[in-house]
Amino acid sequence: MNFLAIIGRVVLETLGEIGKLSVFTWTTLTHILRPPYFGRLLLQQMMRIGYFSLPVVALTAFFTGGALALQIYYGGSQFNSELIVASIVALGITRELGPVMAGLMVAGRVSAAIAAELGTMRVTEQIDALTTLSTNPYKYLVVPRVLAAVITLPLLVFIADILGVMGGFIVSTQSLEFNAGVYIKNTYDFLKADDVTSGLIKAAVFGFVIAIMGCYHGFNSKGGAQGVGRATTNAVVTASILILATNYVMTSLLFAK
Amino acid sequence: MSDVKIELRNVHKRFGSKVVLDGINLTVDKGSSLVVIGGSGTGKSVMIKCVLGIIRPDSGEILVDGENVLKMDSGAREEVLRKFGMLFQGAALFDSLPVWENVAFGLIQGRKMKRAKARDIAYDKLAKVGLGAEVGPLYPAELSGGMQKRVGLARAIAADPEIIFFDEPTTGLDPIMSDVINELIVDSVKELGATTLSITHDMASARKIADKIAMIYKGKIIWSGTRAEVDASGNDYVDQFIHGRAEGPIQMELLKP
Repeated sequence: MNFLAIIGRVVLETLGEIGKLSVFTWTTLTHILRPPYFGRLLLQQMMRIGYFSLPVVALTAFFTGGALALQIYYGGSQFNSELIVASIVALGITRELGPVMAGLMVAGRVSAAIAAELGTMRVTEQIDALTTLSTNPYKYLVVPRVLAAVITLPLLVFIADILGVMGGFIVSTQSLEFNAGVYIKNTYDFLKADDVTSGLIKAAVFGFVIAIMGCYHGFNSKGGAQGVGRATTNAVVTASILILATNYVMTSLLFAK
Repeated sequence: MSDVKIELRNVHKRFGSKVVLDGINLTVDKGSSLVVIGGSGTGKSVMIKCVLGIIRPDSGEILVDGENVLKMDSGAREEVLRKFGMLFQGAALFDSLPVWENVAFGLIQGRKMKRAKARDIAYDKLAKVGLGAEVGPLYPAELSGGMQKRVGLARAIAADPEIIFFDEPTTGLDPIMSDVINELIVDSVKELGATTLSITHDMASARKIADKIAMIYKGKIIWSGTRAEVDASGNDYVDQFIHGRAEGPIQMELLKP
């Protein structure tokens, strides 16, 4: 009996949470379209979410590209097909690893920061104070963060693509003794514009997920320091899982056929 | 209807199975000051947040100037909110903004006033609460609790509201600073001719700022009368509360050894 009650409670709580998240997302979307707009806040958030994430995303992409080149070389050499290194590094980075790795790194950095900031504002009643000062907290706090993430994530991933391929190139030419000219030619021949744009579309969706999860958990945090800590953890965990899940769905949709 | 500014009719609110407001009936006359007293967890804050629209009650009516705010669309509601100012318990200052911008926030963001003009008004209001121009560029974290409360008061009166809410205005302050805040409240309210609704458990504060006093207990208003009547209320609950006795009809929920 107790066991069934626990299952029931968990199911109800999960459904309730999904419902609340849907309402939150919908409210945010409707506020994106309606004025007033806060341009200065948007730029400020683009700096915080995009620009300051550059070092961590760049390093991640560079080392991932390098490691990928090594692995493909070891794998490929068993079938005497070392020449596929260039093409697989390029495809792997632009289609999957660039957006996913950048998404996860930014989720860790930005979802946590947003959840902690908005969570503290919630428990100290600063969000309520916004309402009493005739300022809609969705427009003032949520929309700039969501838009900034949706705009800057594709830019970050574009840079990650370049650096990831470069990481593969440097490892291949320096330690695997590939010919630089051949490597570049192979990359060019195999890489199509679609590979890059599909990754950038993914990045925009991941940006949305990252900002929404940070804002949602921050907005709904309660109970002081512990509540803010919990909100921060939940934001990072749910953003990361959602990134991986939506990545799978989008891969199966974008590359169907 | 002519001189009633705010009226709550049979307002109910529950969180889960916990009934917080159990049919609140309350009227605040225009230009008067009503103080609602009551212990912790009796629904005082929830009641105020219902009037502000931060929390939506389950049933009942809330009338501001004779209009039911619960039936309004969000645009009309935002118009009504412009009549309000609020001083929060923890001041709820925006810690990312300097003091003067906190005071000017409602003018700049809510009313689209030019920054230079809003800045002048902000310094004027800061002077009204006894803070000099040197405080303006500081950040809230650099101020003492009493100064934060005063900045919060300046922010609440910045837009010359018709109605001001005070949520535990003296909590956490020493007796002298409490009295300073109480006097500032009385003075600024008199100057604006505003209607005020305060919640507190500090009887010294209630006696100083109230025209009328009402007592809330278990989500209901159990007594109301003028400031002079509170000492001869004939109500055991009120007597126990204003004299701060542990013995009486109000039993604190705690385990005795």
